[in-house]
Amino acid sequence: MSKNKSQDTGFLPPLSEGAGGGLKVITVRNLVKKFGSFVANDHLNFDVYQGEIFGFLGANGAGKTTAMKILCGLSSPTSGEAKVAGFDIYKETEKVKRNIGYMSQKFSLYEDLTVAENIRFFSGVYGISPADRKEKQDKLLKDLGLESAKDSLIGSLPLGWKQKLAFSVAIFHDPKIVFLDEPTGGVDPITRRKFWDLIYEAADRGITVFVTTHYMDEAEYCNRVSIMNAGRIEALDTPENLKKQYSAKNMDEVFLKIARNVE
Amino acid sequence: MKQFIGFLKKEFLHIFRDPRTMMIIFLLPIVQLLLFGKVINTDIQNSRIAILDQSHDNTTREITSKLVSSGYFVLGEELMPGDDVEDVFRKGKVKMVVTFGPEFEKSLERDGKAEVQLLADASDPNTARILTNYASGIINDYVKKEKLQNLQLPNQINTEVRMLYNEGLKSVYMFVPGLMAMILMLISAMMTSISISKEKELGTMEVLLASPLKPIQIVLGKVTPYLLLSFINALTIILIGVLLFGVPIKGSFVFLMAESFLFIMMALSLGILISTIAPNQMVAMFISLLALMLPTVLLSGFMFPIENMPWPLQILSHAMPPRWFIVIIKNIMLKGTGILFVWKETLILMFMTFVFIALSIKNFKIRLE
Repeated sequence: MSKNKSQDTGFLPPLSEGAGGGLKVITVRNLVKKFGSFVANDHLNFDVYQGEIFGFLGANGAGKTTAMKILCGLSSPTSGEAKVAGFDIYKETEKVKRNIGYMSQKFSLYEDLTVAENIRFFSGVYGISPADRKEKQDKLLKDLGLESAKDSLIGSLPLGWKQKLAFSVAIFHDPKIVFLDEPTGGVDPITRRKFWDLIYEAADRGITVFVTTHYMDEAEYCNRVSIMNAGRIEALDTPENLKKQYSAKNMDEVFLKIARNVE
Repeated sequence: MKQFIGFLKKEFLHIFRDPRTMMIIFLLPIVQLLLFGKVINTDIQNSRIAILDQSHDNTTREITSKLVSSGYFVLGEELMPGDDVEDVFRKGKVKMVVTFGPEFEKSLERDGKAEVQLLADASDPNTARILTNYASGIINDYVKKEKLQNLQLPNQINTEVRMLYNEGLKSVYMFVPGLMAMILMLISAMMTSISISKEKELGTMEVLLASPLKPIQIVLGKVTPYLLLSFINALTIILIGVLLFGVPIKGSFVFLMAESFLFIMMALSLGILISTIAPNQMVAMFISLLALMLPTVLLSGFMFPIENMPWPLQILSHAMPPRWFIVIIKNIMLKGTGILFVWKETLILMFMTFVFIALSIKNFKIRLE
């Protein structure tokens, strides 16, 4: 059982990881993505359960962003099957998109719009009514301690705040799953840690978090991680089990051992 | 629809918050039009000339006053016989020297012949040619009407020249259509491509594509504000042209706006195409400037007559959308023609729009896969 960093935040994983006991929100079977002769995703198979924090690890170019883009409907696979939030990614792209949130590497708010304007815009995109928006916006800004920044331009805020806001906006419409593509690039470990508190809160609310990263300390925060190498998933388990399996002290070592084995 | 209006609001906020965009959209058209219309004027107006009158009789005085009152010339200097003519030119004070021979009136009345010399500063050959043409026109006209009516000259052929559609040979008639093509191209194609590639660069495009918005909604949302602004600009340019420079609209105003609309659509689809190729704003701007603005200015017949170009460039100019648009608006504004005379050019613009949209869709799909 996972007894990793969760004590630090008082967060308890809602599901028995990897045991298949929970509700599957993402299922991927034999997913292949080729760019010409280059195979970016080579027969991926995995499930993600509701409410879990699923880490998608790998070196740059291992194919994790490609796989994530396919699941978000930003790219279509060459072959294989996948369901996201219960909907087929080929036939029900629109329904998939209604049920997910997405935050890209270059945190994704408009710099020349204010905090409130960004929230208004994305609420409109997801069809949230103005009354609901106001209520949620007030709560959100209060929780983040950003009430005073409501009418500030995003561009004038520090990076850590921007990332928190971008994440909060990505889950503003209460999606079933939120996809985070290397969300904490370029910030210090303390800010990163605070960002992860938000991720735990979201998971507590039942939102499944699918996160790619190459920071190994972040891998420890996940309920389960999959490690990709050259387009293939080489390992998938809880951080605890992976460390046991590879007799490693931390995830960094696990990652290096896997990379070496493959070579 | 609510989604779409929200999108438009956001786009207008982007535009109104960026001073550079605002300047390009609202200031640039007016400044350019005024510059081309008032400052960079190839018309001859108030050119300084010098007169060297060796006769000082009634006829030479009258000719001089005709020249000066024509509006084309002002009397800069009166020279005396023996003055160094070249010296006047070297000082750069005058563009042309008019020299009347001795006993001008007498010999004219006696022989029907008199001597007048026009010396022009041909370091600017175009101006020199125009100046001498104008001056000899004025002199001949005067002599013919006032002096030679009583003299019967055998077998004289009078050529009568009339410049149709632009009798005053005003260059602003040429600039208004050309500038309109250029500015609409700039705002529609360049600003659209920059604004779309900006979303790509900042990563917000991915977020939009991962949202329930359909790609077509995103593209329409990005394009619609520029469609509106371009249309306002087209109206502004025409208004300034008509009110300030007296350019006529002989044809149908509605038809003129419809053709402008078509051209804007063409430019917008070109802007979308550029944004599917360009990974960021810089590249989008470079492609727009190099691939659109320069050819628009140089190859569309706006600045330089297409007939005078070497044949490879003439062929290339066929691919320049503004070339066809300029023909269309000139026809409508100056000649007052309708669709019957510009259907070919209209079809070409429609075809180009279609090709750009088709290519954009193809590119967009490749990128998504």
